[in-house]
Amino acid sequence: MTELQAGQGAQPLEVPRIDARPQRYRDLLIALAAFSVLALLPMVFGSKQLLDFVIRCAAYGLFATSLNLLVGYTGLISFGHGMFFGLGAYGFGLMMQKTGVPIPVAFVATLAITFVVAVVIGAICVRLKEIYFAFVTLAFQMLIHSTILSWQSLTGGDQGLRGGIPRPPFLGIDLSNHLHLYITSCALLVIGLLLMRQIAQSPFGYTLRMIRDNATRASFIGIDVWRAKLVIFVLAALFAATGGIIMALFVSGAYPEFAYWTISGEGIFINMLGGVTTFLGPMVGTVLLLILNDTVTRLTEYHGIVLGIVILFFAIGLRKGLMDFVVEWFAQRRGEGRG
Amino acid sequence: MIFVDLDALASCLASPACLVTQTTSGLIIGMLLFLVAVGLTLIFGVLKVVNFSHGAFYMFGAYFAMTAYQLSGSFALAILSGAVGTALLGLIFERAFMSRVYGRDVLMQLLVCYAFVLIFDDVVRMIWGPEFKSMGMPAAFQVPPLFIAGGVVPPYYLLLIGVALVAAVVLGLGLARSRIGKVIRAAAHNPGMVSALGINTGLIYGGVFALGGMLAGLAGALAAPVRSLTPGMGFSVLIESFIVTVIGGMGSILGALIGALLIGLIRSFGSLGFPLFTEGLMYLFMVIVLVSRPTGLFGKEVA
Repeated sequence: MTELQAGQGAQPLEVPRIDARPQRYRDLLIALAAFSVLALLPMVFGSKQLLDFVIRCAAYGLFATSLNLLVGYTGLISFGHGMFFGLGAYGFGLMMQKTGVPIPVAFVATLAITFVVAVVIGAICVRLKEIYFAFVTLAFQMLIHSTILSWQSLTGGDQGLRGGIPRPPFLGIDLSNHLHLYITSCALLVIGLLLMRQIAQSPFGYTLRMIRDNATRASFIGIDVWRAKLVIFVLAALFAATGGIIMALFVSGAYPEFAYWTISGEGIFINMLGGVTTFLGPMVGTVLLLILNDTVTRLTEYHGIVLGIVILFFAIGLRKGLMDFVVEWFAQRRGEGRG
Repeated sequence: MIFVDLDALASCLASPACLVTQTTSGLIIGMLLFLVAVGLTLIFGVLKVVNFSHGAFYMFGAYFAMTAYQLSGSFALAILSGAVGTALLGLIFERAFMSRVYGRDVLMQLLVCYAFVLIFDDVVRMIWGPEFKSMGMPAAFQVPPLFIAGGVVPPYYLLLIGVALVAAVVLGLGLARSRIGKVIRAAAHNPGMVSALGINTGLIYGGVFALGGMLAGLAGALAAPVRSLTPGMGFSVLIESFIVTVIGGMGSILGALIGALLIGLIRSFGSLGFPLFTEGLMYLFMVIVLVSRPTGLFGKEVA
């Protein structure tokens, strides 16, 4: 048989084409369902504590998921992502306190400021590899933290932004009303997650995965690695800032701790806890960490030890996040069922 | 509210007395930082991990020294127990935990260390309490300060600088000349080959970690009489030593020394010119160095 004949006999290679559209509709449906469940929650359980918990989950969840765009999808281990969380909280709080513009305007303006800062910082950071990247982002985080501490006339120094953030009603939404704040936070969370999901599933998202797995190869086939990294760095910063804005609205203030490195550390830990291989892993991690934090602080004053042991259990014992574990377990079971 | 006070800086630079005082205070900050940072850089150079919990060894060194001093009244014993105690701690920590994450994700290594930052801080809080403690200046050094060109220099500062210098020289010569030093350098270069030659690399890794811990503990013990002790005191030192190693270049001992002295001087003179932005100044300096030389001043190009 000649080569030509062999070629004729062969089946045409089937290129696995994932049609993006059905998946996009599915994501949208899931998002709508999630939002309706969250929105109906206050009618079933009236407890303020539960709603507070969900609002905190929204703030940290947006932050952690955006960090996963960097850590999990692009392989950029940022140890300073919390700076954008703090920037969002402070930017929004200051804007509301000093200028008195409507909330949507302040929201957009805060994101615009974050955008500019993230472009400048990102342009410097994404040049660097692995551990150096982690350090420089950490250094920028501390730079912003120490700026907040020292610029007392503007930020209130170590006391934070006090006196409350004015929350004038807009379009019939009154964010000083707890229920309105709750619904708005949920909406921001769901929209944010949906947008990030779109980014992760887009061709650009797959470019990021490729950069993570083999940056040299990516650059070889003509991808501008530096630019792709910068774009995702800035996008992730915007979502982190949104988390910060929710936090500022929730506590009606902003504190230097929001910009401290521990926020970034917690973000990394949340990602680890939930797992970085699934999109919703960080969200699961957020819920777990907040529950863990709340129960442990209630039980003992030494919550660092308990938290540390839990981290060790995941890092050394399980060697992966919870969602990674669950997904693998399901895959294995399915495999067994077929075999 | 003063943000920039260049007059104060200029008038200090013009006066020899102020110059001497600020330089010595910069030197002791730098020397303490060097001891912590050199351990960090050594551990990174050989084990290829970043010991994010290195600050805890500094903290334990200080607390060990304080307890030993209160029990025995001997300052020499205090320093010794600070150094030896942390060396043991480093050995145990490395063998029991860090050795499990070699060659794994940087993320995992950072997480294990992050866990221990939390645990160690709470352990100290449990044993010694959450409040600020102070060891007090040993009797031998409660003497009037020296005056050099009109500047005040406490004698203890001289001891501190001397001990740190001796440690730097011993370390540098030991690594360059001694047999163990050669083995360590070989292990940093090619651990597989070293272990094929019949040398126990696990032992070397543990030893290097213990050495790094010991140097940080020594720094903590030396700092105990002049700084206040509190759980979490290690973290700011850790961040600063990171800056030092990154400026000097990861894995370079000379780089750590130069970087530490630069940061010490920036801190002491910066506190005059930019009283509220001294820390920011360090980060700024680090960013400038990293942007112009991503591997640090003395770092080698990493493949």
